[in-house]
Amino acid sequence: MKRRELLATGTAAAVGSLAMPRLSAAQGARVLRFVPQANLSSLDAIAGTQYVVRNASLLVWDTLFGVDSNLVPKLQMAEAYEASEDYKTWTIRLRPGLKFHDNEPVLSRDVIASLNRWMVRDTMGQRIKASLDAMEALDDRTVRIRLNKPFPKMLFALGKSNAPVAEIMPERIAKTDPFQLIKEFVGSGPMVFKRDEWVPGSAAVFEKFAGYDPRPEVADWLSGGKRVMFDRIEWLILPDDATKAAALQNGEIDWWENPVPDLVPLLKRNRNVNVDIADPLGNIGSFRINHLHPPFNDPRVRRAVMMALSQEDYMRAVVGDDALWKPLPSYFTPGTPSYSEAGGELLTGPRRYDEAKKLLAEAGYKGEPIVLCVATDVQITKAQGDVTADLLQKIGMKVDYQALDWGTVGARRAKKEPPSQGGWHIFHTWHAGADCINPAPYTAFDAGGDKAWFGWPKSDAVQAGIAAWYDAPDAAAEKAAVADLNKTAMEFVTYIPTGFFLGYQAWRKNVSGVIKAPFPVFWGVQKT
Amino acid sequence: MLGYLARRMLATIPVMAIVALFVFSLLYIAPGDPAAIIAGDQATPADVERIRAGLGLDRPFLIRFGEWVWHVLNGDLGVSIFTNLPVTRMIQQRLEPTMSLMVLTLILSIAIAVPMGVLAAWNQGTWIDRVIMVLAVFGFSVPVFVVGYILAYVFALELDWFPVQGYTPLARGFGPWLNNLVLPSVALGGVYIALIARITRATMLEVLGQDYVRTAKAKGVGSRTILFLHALKNAAVPIVTVIGIGVALLIGGAVVTESVFAIPGLGRLVVDAILRRDYPVIQGVVLLFSFVYVLVNLGVDLLYTVFDPRIRY
Repeated sequence: MKRRELLATGTAAAVGSLAMPRLSAAQGARVLRFVPQANLSSLDAIAGTQYVVRNASLLVWDTLFGVDSNLVPKLQMAEAYEASEDYKTWTIRLRPGLKFHDNEPVLSRDVIASLNRWMVRDTMGQRIKASLDAMEALDDRTVRIRLNKPFPKMLFALGKSNAPVAEIMPERIAKTDPFQLIKEFVGSGPMVFKRDEWVPGSAAVFEKFAGYDPRPEVADWLSGGKRVMFDRIEWLILPDDATKAAALQNGEIDWWENPVPDLVPLLKRNRNVNVDIADPLGNIGSFRINHLHPPFNDPRVRRAVMMALSQEDYMRAVVGDDALWKPLPSYFTPGTPSYSEAGGELLTGPRRYDEAKKLLAEAGYKGEPIVLCVATDVQITKAQGDVTADLLQKIGMKVDYQALDWGTVGARRAKKEPPSQGGWHIFHTWHAGADCINPAPYTAFDAGGDKAWFGWPKSDAVQAGIAAWYDAPDAAAEKAAVADLNKTAMEFVTYIPTGFFLGYQAWRKNVSGVIKAPFPVFWGVQKT
Repeated sequence: MLGYLARRMLATIPVMAIVALFVFSLLYIAPGDPAAIIAGDQATPADVERIRAGLGLDRPFLIRFGEWVWHVLNGDLGVSIFTNLPVTRMIQQRLEPTMSLMVLTLILSIAIAVPMGVLAAWNQGTWIDRVIMVLAVFGFSVPVFVVGYILAYVFALELDWFPVQGYTPLARGFGPWLNNLVLPSVALGGVYIALIARITRATMLEVLGQDYVRTAKAKGVGSRTILFLHALKNAAVPIVTVIGIGVALLIGGAVVTESVFAIPGLGRLVVDAILRRDYPVIQGVVLLFSFVYVLVNLGVDLLYTVFDPRIRY
């Protein structure tokens, strides 16, 4: 064999033997090409609370109840339920004929195992678990939960969209340690995850589940009949925003979950593209403070920063477009039933720099450097970090601006050491408005000290307020509890909200049925 | 020659061992925590700690390193912390797009750059030489992503000749495969074309000044024969060296190109893994890149003997 022939044969063999991504051309099939907010690196919405994971998991797994767009939990996998008068006993009956993607029936034991796994990780679940006497299968389709304390918010806990979502898995999968990722992705939701076509970081494919029987009601967020009009939904991970915009304009993708504000004017000019608000509940910017170390262990210093902080500066830097933001003298999501601005006066009106300086001096601040950890690879955190650096300097604080990536900030914020020894004073993030509608899914609002979210705020008054909200028997009592809580937390300064902002979504004009929700709702979407 | 080959192959073992130790140590001391990323923004510090323990990331360095080396020696690069997929499978999924991009870029670059360099040298000092050198400076100076955006805008969005992004496996046909790779290859090839063209010009100028070229001209040998048969072959050793070195450039450039054109290649795999601190994937891909680089250098050394029979090992 000549050298040239050998080379040709070898190359052909090498190319032929390479394993390759198998994203199907799916010719003739109804396919929706969707670009999610981030790379989908796992599918376990219990072990992980990333929004992108939660969003994908909602296609694959179903829930006993599901909230609608009024945040009211409705029957979903459950056919019926019964609550005792004292809210201590809850009996839930499954719809007949529910099947997992492996065609095994959904049984009570699957529900019990799934809820047991979820309870360990979810804040509402932990409260249920703390007062749980028994969770038992009365038959294959009926589960009874017996508590030793009233828990009136059971349906919301089991139907909320906030991660971790109480998704029902086969018992064998649900027995996985809740702190470890599951290895098998079998649900009973409307779409089957095609694991063999998964190229992490590039594509994830969901195929319609023939055995899914949608409820007869009209779909509304997580409730009603989840009728998916596509044979396949392909999640394409495009790392570059300009490429996503070009691909949408060129018709190579159908729907982009979160176009960056800079590119929105370009997309709005394209006659083949629709642009609209994605999530009506929006987001709350967060100035997260470490309560463990000076100077921020003194509430006067936290209040000094709060009275000087201009939410307008933050929001202009984060989203720019004035139609997308509003000031937020509250910890809670505006427009939701329990929203309150009680105690939020410190965040409104002209900014009080001189008063802030005076308060700082009174608190004994002597120019120690403030370690500000900024994730510069995430636009929202970078913009907030830059404004904070400027704000702190304006009130006479010395800033140690540490430019990091989000992966590093994620690890750094868990350190309780003093800031001079590798810890931190401030980092920025944001919270989905859907998580801030009340104290239950609001991890960042908790002020339980060591058990609280990063920054470890400790306030018995805030904790008592949260307990009062859980005990509230009706909507009016809940609203009153939230107003008290907002006032208490504002005085304590658990963290500082930097404003409320919305985001856009964009889709091709030949796609219809795209709605506003805290997560992409695929049921009801069509493509011509 | 065979002895030399065997010695060089054996020499890759300590090189790879040092790379492995270096990469593992670097990742160990680098800040960041995959447990925090898995847990998500809503998780509490206690949750993150439990996940970290579950992943075994709280164990001492030596134990983790020892385990990893043992698995690598057994041909097992481990499992991704996030996807639970074997690293070897993830690399296999990404190998074809990257190889395709690199090979096509290499072919395109050599096919354009070598004649450009020869032409510039033969026409030294003329407008042809100057135009070619201006193009080379342009190729060096403009970043890959800028070229990528311009190409995508003109040829995909405006003219609709090529897709903006994506990759079609070769198994689905040569046409679709090529269609997806033309723009990325041109974008990535710019720097490489400039590099090879300049070195070809410089080396050719040196060779064209040699006595045997003057003799050939005096004997009436045609320009084409002198250039491509005599001069280019003798100028080939530095050119091949630069092409070999350029493979490292290609690997680096592929990371950017794969991101701009959304090609699911190894470059993106390793960048995603770094951002998420997916240690087994980073270690696996860096080991692979190192091995490829060692092999390319070996290939270049062996090619010297083809172009210059006086070189013996």
